[in-house]
Amino acid sequence: MVAKLSERMLLSGDEAVALAALNAGVALGTGYPGTPSTEILEAFAVLGGKAQWAPNEKVALEVGLGAAFGGARALVTMKHVGVNVAADVLFTAAYTGVSGGLVLVSADDPGMASSQNEQDNRQYARAAGVIMLEPADSQQAYEFTGAAFAISEQFAQPVMLRMTTRVCHSKSIVTVAPLPQPAAAPDFKRDIPGRVMIPAHARPAHRHMRDKLARAATYAETCAQTIVERKDAALGIIASGVAVMHAREVAPEASILQLGLSYPLPMQAIRDFVASVERCIVIEEGDPILVTELRAEGLAVEGKPERFRFGELNVERVRQIIAREELAEPVVAPGKPPALCEGCSHRPVFEALRRLDCIVAGDIGCYTLGVLPPFTAMDTCVCMGASMGVGLGLRHVLPPEQARRVVSVIGDSTFVHSGLTGLAEMVYNPPPGGHVLLILDNGTTAMTGQQEHPGTGRDLAHQPTGKIVFEDVVRAMGIDYVVSIDPLAHDNALDQALEAALASGQLAVIVARRPCILAAPKIRQYEKAAAEKKNTCATACAAQ
Amino acid sequence: MASKVINVVVAGLGGQGVVKASDILADAAFRCGLDVKKSEIHGMSQRGGSVASDVRFGPHVYSPMIPAGQADCLIVVAPDQVEVNRHVLKASGILVSPESLATVPGKIQAKSVNVALLGVLSNVLEIPLETWEAAICANLAEKHHRLNLEAFHQGRQATA
Repeated sequence: MVAKLSERMLLSGDEAVALAALNAGVALGTGYPGTPSTEILEAFAVLGGKAQWAPNEKVALEVGLGAAFGGARALVTMKHVGVNVAADVLFTAAYTGVSGGLVLVSADDPGMASSQNEQDNRQYARAAGVIMLEPADSQQAYEFTGAAFAISEQFAQPVMLRMTTRVCHSKSIVTVAPLPQPAAAPDFKRDIPGRVMIPAHARPAHRHMRDKLARAATYAETCAQTIVERKDAALGIIASGVAVMHAREVAPEASILQLGLSYPLPMQAIRDFVASVERCIVIEEGDPILVTELRAEGLAVEGKPERFRFGELNVERVRQIIAREELAEPVVAPGKPPALCEGCSHRPVFEALRRLDCIVAGDIGCYTLGVLPPFTAMDTCVCMGASMGVGLGLRHVLPPEQARRVVSVIGDSTFVHSGLTGLAEMVYNPPPGGHVLLILDNGTTAMTGQQEHPGTGRDLAHQPTGKIVFEDVVRAMGIDYVVSIDPLAHDNALDQALEAALASGQLAVIVARRPCILAAPKIRQYEKAAAEKKNTCATACAAQ
Repeated sequence: MASKVINVVVAGLGGQGVVKASDILADAAFRCGLDVKKSEIHGMSQRGGSVASDVRFGPHVYSPMIPAGQADCLIVVAPDQVEVNRHVLKASGILVSPESLATVPGKIQAKSVNVALLGVLSNVLEIPLETWEAAICANLAEKHHRLNLEAFHQGRQATA
């Protein structure tokens, strides 16, 4: 990617956000990998921006908020479910507000191409009270990101940029335009009542936040992101995000109101648009949010049948909504499901868990594929880190002959993300029969495309940095029964380790360590480069 | 180039270069000055599952997704993925699969089948040869250029 003005480029939505962040003078980009958001920070780093992976989304948003308190522009990226983790920060950051622009990218996944739910994070803008922008393609991803920083600073509020899989991962043409309002130099200005949220400060801060939203609603009436295309008055469509593109294709003759700034709503512009057309339909992916809010305003708008709440919209589904066709969803032949790679170090683990008839509290990552045949060796998978709490809950209540078969299985990146507090729970509230935690350490965040994390000892750009050693953490937190094994070492090592841990009746942690087979060649390169660098330094130092 | 939007679906399994092939095609169309949109689902597909990528180009493209039954061409890199993807093709649509390479001279390496199939496709699209070559080189590391340019040219010699 190059970034000359008025250059025409073919970029994904994620790349367009990264380019805009660079051109907007973002001082720090942080986040946690999650499809479809991961490529934003990777692209930002390649472009020369300062980008780093946080251990989880909550920490990322806190770091971003700190940067914004310091007057710098910060970009924080995550997938939709990551916002759940960061929500604690978000809701009160809406009260404190920001000095430098703070933009939180929420990459939603309607249709669940690679997620455990299809929550609609437009709800978060409403729940937390933050301004939301929704681009429809890469050009808008570029422009809206630039605008988001300016708007964030204008209203001194965090702004959510809500994208979806089809906007993040689709490539379309971006013409690089100058962005409004350059970034200011970071500078700490004390604002104790504005940033220390004790009740006495938070009460006026809540009112202040609502005032800002009211002003943002007025701004939304005429802003560049509220886009009216007046064509035929017979049909009007109100839409946001990629649904705008589907609607244009289906009904090229229709008038379209794109709500690019989708919270708070420009209600007068919407009212005028509805009044200007004979029939008005709201086309929105996911929950019926806009249609509900517009009807509450007394506007006569059509929505979509309930079945379109599920999955992504596309041209055909939008056609059916407009044509009011009550068709059954087409049955599409199932493709080949994903599977653990041949030679993957997770394979023998799930074979062993199956052989030993374990009750497996699983977690989020490649290893979730242990649920599929031929393994079918996972009994629960809910959210990042849940293997630990869920496993412990099962241990507490199940009859002993079942309880002693319960194992929590978590990956390395997920363990750092949300396993550490689960480990504290394990130490603090040990089940009577003990518990077994299996950490599958393949040395990378494999599922999202091999990103680094604090357990690898390398940063986002794969350069050496501080490293968290799992065995040390486990011991430091009070569990002495820690075993490290190579799951591919020899046939029985894994089975023996598991059987011994299960039979011990104690709190036991097994670290099954073997690099991801896809990442291993690169990991060897990074390690070699780091060793060479270290040697060069040592030689240079010795020579002095 | 035709005045309407051309729709091409590239399908196969994770690891076969489906996304790479669609990147090359989209880039070639982009270099022709056309409006281009390209869309696919990544994520779990990188674990060897089915993957399909939509490439659309023409004077103006709206949705990034190709509606079922509207693909002008379907390229399938994995023979066993033909049937699950056939529904995307329009009645007059063209299917390009490894079978299309049966008549080409020489042997094509497995990792270049994706680009060889683009060579077959190039016979029915109005994209200049040098544009194809530029797009192939721009999307692959230099050490892979020769092999893939060869595969592309082998694919071009396929007889329909």
